[in-house]
Amino acid sequence: MSTSVIETKVKGIIADQLGVGEDEIKPESSFIEDLGADSLDIVELVMAMEEEFEVEIPDEEAENIKTVGDAINYITTHKK
Amino acid sequence: MSFKDKVVLVTGGSRGIGRACAVAFAKAGASTVIISYAGNEAAAQETVGLLTAEGAKAEALRFDVADTDACTSAVEGIVKAHGRLDVLVNNAGTAVDGLVMRVKDEDWDKQLDTNLRGPFALIRAACRPMMKQRGGAIVNVTSVVGDMGNPGQSAYSAAKAGLIGLTKTVAKELSSRGIRVNAVSPGFISTDMTAHLNDDLRQKMIGGIPLGRLGTPEEVAQAVLFLSGDASTYITGEVLKVNGGMYM
Repeated sequence: MSTSVIETKVKGIIADQLGVGEDEIKPESSFIEDLGADSLDIVELVMAMEEEFEVEIPDEEAENIKTVGDAINYITTHKK
Repeated sequence: MSFKDKVVLVTGGSRGIGRACAVAFAKAGASTVIISYAGNEAAAQETVGLLTAEGAKAEALRFDVADTDACTSAVEGIVKAHGRLDVLVNNAGTAVDGLVMRVKDEDWDKQLDTNLRGPFALIRAACRPMMKQRGGAIVNVTSVVGDMGNPGQSAYSAAKAGLIGLTKTVAKELSSRGIRVNAVSPGFISTDMTAHLNDDLRQKMIGGIPLGRLGTPEEVAQAVLFLSGDASTYITGEVLKVNGGMYM
């Protein structure tokens, strides 16, 4: 899966989960500060990404995923 | 109070308090009432008959709530089949009585698994669809002994007290998604679980109940219904005692 496909899918999941427009979702956007996510949203996002990409994101890794770019990087690195 | 178009799951729904809850939801217009049961097929089918007679779609799922994978699959199956899950009543419970010095590890584990781990597993599974639908109600059936203790029920009372803590924590975690989590704490209720008590003990216990009698499963069900529906939209993390005043 190419990075651009992953990026599109990740943005789709975020838009769906947080109810924000895809144009607001930039790689540097922080989930909590820019996109208005709360802690439950983050858990739901992580679970949605685990399902979509069939990867496991351990809690200690999930804590480091703070921006949209972090999420895309994580998936790109760990998706087989 | 209307439960029109609501999908309800009541564990331990074949008999006793669980059956009374299931029937009360059906009477209140719930479109789909699903009960789980551990093994009593005849009782489960009889309950399904009662629910169908009230005009509800009814289903009996056989699984052990102590089996967390089975809990997850059950909830996933319900959401797949019915598109949603609005109310979860964690009612299934088991008691193996004995003084603490005689309690076997396996009896301790069995009671903790059924009475506490099961509700946890079902809440964990049910909160996902409920979060997506931005609403839902969870009612955990605890027990007066979780508050006051009871000789011979170390594991049962520990599990029921644990269920109260679980109720309050999950109520806080899920509140922002419109999911309310409450508990009902029955006292001495006339069910199979209390049927084996001898007359002396029964009279002694009734002596400690200000209302002077055992409660009925239907009286507990009314409290469960209240906490599951629109009559209690500002109540979460509450433990509602239905015990005739035996513990205040």
